[in-house]
Amino acid sequence: MSAKSVSEADGKAIINYHLTRSPAITTSTLPPPPHNAPPKLASLYFPEDTAPETILQTAETTYPWLLAPGAKFVAKPDQLIKRRGKSGLLALNKTWEEAKQWVLERAGKPVKVETVTGNLRQFLVEPFVPHKQEEEYYINIHSLREGDYILFTHEGGVDVGDVDAKAKKILIPVDLKEYPSNEAIASALLPDVPKFVHNVLVDFINRLYAVYVDCQFTYLEINPLVVIPNADATSASVHFLDLAAKIDQTAEFECGAKWAIARGPAALGTNVGGSGKVDIDAGPPLEFPAPFGRELSKEEAYIAALDAKTGASLKLTVLNSNGRIWTLVAGGGASVVYADAIAAAGFGEDLANYGEYSGAPTETQTFHYARTVIDLLLRSPMREEGKVLFIGGGIANFTNVASTFKGVIRALREVAPQLNEHKTKIWVRRAGPNYQEGLKNIKAAGDELKLDIKVYGPEMGVAEIVPVALLGASTKVKEYGEI
Amino acid sequence: MPSVATLAPSTEANGSGKTLNVNDNIARFSAPSRPRSPPAEHTLFHPKTRAFVYGMQTKAVQGMLDFDYINNRSTPSVAAIIYPFGGQFVSKMYWGTSETLLPVYQSTEKAIAKHPEVDTVVNFASSRSVYSSTLELMEFPQIRCIAIIAEGVPERRAREILHIAKKKGVTIIGPATVGGIKPGCFKIGNTGGMMDNIVASKLYRKGSVGYVSKSGGMSNELNNIVSQTTNGVYEGVAIGGDRYPGTTFIDHMLRYQADPECKILLLLGEVGGVEEYRVIDAVNDGIITKPIVAWAIGTCADVFTTEVQFGHAGSLANSKMETAKAKNEAMKAAGFHVPETFEKMPDLLAEVYQTLVSNGTIVPEKEPAPPKIPMDYSWAQELGLIRKPAAFISTISDDRGQELLYAGMPISEVFAEDIGIGGVMSLLWFRRRLPAYASKFLEMVLMLTADHGPAVSGAMNTIITTRAGKDLISSLVAGLLTIGERFGGALDGAAAEFTNAIDKGLSPREFVDTMRKQNKLIPGIGHKVKSRNNPDQRVELVKDFVRRNFPSCKMLDYAIAVETVTTSKKDNLILNVDGCVAVCFVDLLRNCGAFSAEEAEDYLKMGVLNGLFVLGRSIGLIAHHLDQKRLRTGLYRHPWDDISYMGFGTDAAPGGANRAMVDLGK
Repeated sequence: MSAKSVSEADGKAIINYHLTRSPAITTSTLPPPPHNAPPKLASLYFPEDTAPETILQTAETTYPWLLAPGAKFVAKPDQLIKRRGKSGLLALNKTWEEAKQWVLERAGKPVKVETVTGNLRQFLVEPFVPHKQEEEYYINIHSLREGDYILFTHEGGVDVGDVDAKAKKILIPVDLKEYPSNEAIASALLPDVPKFVHNVLVDFINRLYAVYVDCQFTYLEINPLVVIPNADATSASVHFLDLAAKIDQTAEFECGAKWAIARGPAALGTNVGGSGKVDIDAGPPLEFPAPFGRELSKEEAYIAALDAKTGASLKLTVLNSNGRIWTLVAGGGASVVYADAIAAAGFGEDLANYGEYSGAPTETQTFHYARTVIDLLLRSPMREEGKVLFIGGGIANFTNVASTFKGVIRALREVAPQLNEHKTKIWVRRAGPNYQEGLKNIKAAGDELKLDIKVYGPEMGVAEIVPVALLGASTKVKEYGEI
Repeated sequence: MPSVATLAPSTEANGSGKTLNVNDNIARFSAPSRPRSPPAEHTLFHPKTRAFVYGMQTKAVQGMLDFDYINNRSTPSVAAIIYPFGGQFVSKMYWGTSETLLPVYQSTEKAIAKHPEVDTVVNFASSRSVYSSTLELMEFPQIRCIAIIAEGVPERRAREILHIAKKKGVTIIGPATVGGIKPGCFKIGNTGGMMDNIVASKLYRKGSVGYVSKSGGMSNELNNIVSQTTNGVYEGVAIGGDRYPGTTFIDHMLRYQADPECKILLLLGEVGGVEEYRVIDAVNDGIITKPIVAWAIGTCADVFTTEVQFGHAGSLANSKMETAKAKNEAMKAAGFHVPETFEKMPDLLAEVYQTLVSNGTIVPEKEPAPPKIPMDYSWAQELGLIRKPAAFISTISDDRGQELLYAGMPISEVFAEDIGIGGVMSLLWFRRRLPAYASKFLEMVLMLTADHGPAVSGAMNTIITTRAGKDLISSLVAGLLTIGERFGGALDGAAAEFTNAIDKGLSPREFVDTMRKQNKLIPGIGHKVKSRNNPDQRVELVKDFVRRNFPSCKMLDYAIAVETVTTSKKDNLILNVDGCVAVCFVDLLRNCGAFSAEEAEDYLKMGVLNGLFVLGRSIGLIAHHLDQKRLRTGLYRHPWDDISYMGFGTDAAPGGANRAMVDLGK
């Protein structure tokens, strides 16, 4: 659990809903506005097993405004891809027919963005907002230890350039009692913006920041932020066209209801037949999509679900499902040390996964976790040189090693013959409460199952087994139990 | 492996004629005297540090007390526990082999008022409540340091905590940490692991190395490395893996720099964040001058093609500067001792230590004998080192495993095989699966005995109790208490008499005659309204089922023969439902093949038939209770005219002849 990126559609829905609802931090320059109309966000997901045409058809009933005569749309993938415009992943000013065609050509297909290749599965279609280049602004809010920075520049858009260098900045202290005055915000951020939109923009920034705080964003970038003056140039309307955001997942217990209600059918104004599923809030729980090019595999999703149900921590990221070096490491720090050691030994490309289990998971949880990792190992192609499995970990503070190892041993027991078929060398290093029992048991199980296993205790450095295993480095440390 | 001291209380006291009181072994402590001079600014923990533990974490508290004990502290470091949900006033802890009582307070305010010497809090509150409890704690100026253990504290809340703390001069360690440790002084919560590890890593006496790490798990690894390569840990802090730890590397590094007893600084950084650079700045500015051995973990991130969120929430590089590689290079450039890999750090640390020893900066002290530590009973039991006879034995169900077991049968199987309530009864009452017809018979009995109208004594009692406004359990129990020899107890009696007769080889006629000669009614025979020509349907149902399904119904046949004898005397002396159920049940026990003859007798003697009636009738009694509640009936008072008051004449004067006489037995 940590701060994670959310989809553009979710980010927009949350801001649209809460912009007029989040508790104000400062007094506004404008009278309170009416609540925003439901945002027009057609969020389209194209799963592997459904024809894209079907999805687009359903969309027309869910989002009737797509069929409005003469309407023009923007279509784009919504998968945390940066700089879509530059990668040709942005269709502007299209009729629904054109937009459909554009989406159909891309849905479900792999695409390479910079160095990463991934399948396009999630698209966003929304109304096109005609505007002039000089009406495009840029705003960014991000959190640091000392407070939240708001960055603003009047030259927004695709070619915004180096915002760190050119944007105006203001630091909002953590203590909201020290929130700057409207004048201070205007003079810090808006010197290059026509005076008559200051009122509107300051009010918008105040509200946007209130949502940022209230819904516990940790990052928010809107580019372009379009500010269109009215006919007599006394005021303006504000549109956020392109948005990237991160939200603090750990705040779920405080903000879950707020995230959900903004994305419920009532707030979005969508026609959905009751699916009958009961959510805990007035909308679906917020999803945190995996980075582009790294669709969560079934196994990763399974571990993530397991992790969400327990106070312990269970993490799994498959880096290379064809890799031959697999890790089953306890501890958030120790797991990184193992990955470091493998990379340092020159085997970064062979490293199949990153993961960790910690915080005293139960025997059963550890079993499911271990079983998942070992299953993945057995599914990777057989290798002439065999495979390596590190069952590692530091010196636990309070996790009972014998108990978690029972789960690991159960998993090993189930697939011992296959592990040998794959010529898997298993290296164990662990310590902490009751490690003696744990190491003794895993050693005995390994001997009984005729596994190729080496077992070490605290005399061996935490990841010192890595060079020994991969590079054949010598060690003076004896295996656990040897005298 | 440390040796284990005996846990058994000394028996000498008994030998010398004194009685051993439970309280004799309880150590009581008053607050330690104030340190002669106030602790220096850089000193977070000292040998007289006193702390509260927030949250009922008895295992962690015991760990802290054990640490204090083997560090020869004169008073425990934990002054009290604060537990807002507790009704408990004291918590019993071990102090060495004796025991001590720790006060438990429900409110922080009260704890603060009672313990003015406490300046540290180990806050175990959950990620949900840690924000409010920490804010409350910081309102009291005597609190100087708070360790926050919880993982998953929202980043905004963590930042608010750290900003308030900074304003108030409170040191926050965490969130998402195990804490920290200072040999000879103080251990936060679970830091350092179990006592055997504390001893193995020589954390019972101070060394010269002060470390800061993000990871709690890795801090224990550092304890191990430091103990093997140097004269040991002076102080260690794990600041936690979140994005916004309350204090960071620099805060503790500056303390170690200022503390003359700390000679080597050890820093274990991590990919993500820029806090390592502040230490680099301090070195470049000449503020930190002591040798620093340092490493940032997460160097592997560079070889991954996609962004990977490591186990710690904060371990994700947002810019090149935040990568582990950049940090290691920058630290090296600033003159830190940076190894090539983490694995090579122990050698480098040893080298730096040896240099300081040879130039006289560090003078290793003579190694004290490692202390003996008593082992917790539960831990010793888990390790299989000790045994003791259990006070209770249970053989029917087990709730300890992954799944609840009824007589060895997992609850999922109970449902998968749809064994019904009869099947569950056979598992729990008889510890075995009975044939399907037997389970069905048990269910049949429950259904037949479920109710018998409102007028019988059990239902009456329940109804009256309900109408007196009592709750379900009281009303049910009031009804159940009527069950005995007269009401419902016919089952047991019938089973006993009929079995006795058949086992003695009496013919049905002889049996009836014997009973009459003894002026005894035959239990299970006779009905108020039903007769041979107007049979009780319930009895017919049971007879039919048993005849069709039981392998043998010898007892039932015998009872029907008895009925032939009795009905020839009077038409309503039929085998009633109690009698029928009772004899069929005996048939079942004796002939279903699941019980030995001995077991069958045993179960009858244990009163299992009564059990059947109690269980079945509970259904009806609850129904009567609900019925009365539903009808909103009021308190019942029996009319006078339905009670004949005898012996109380209307003219009776007080003290007259009609007065109840009580002999006081003078």
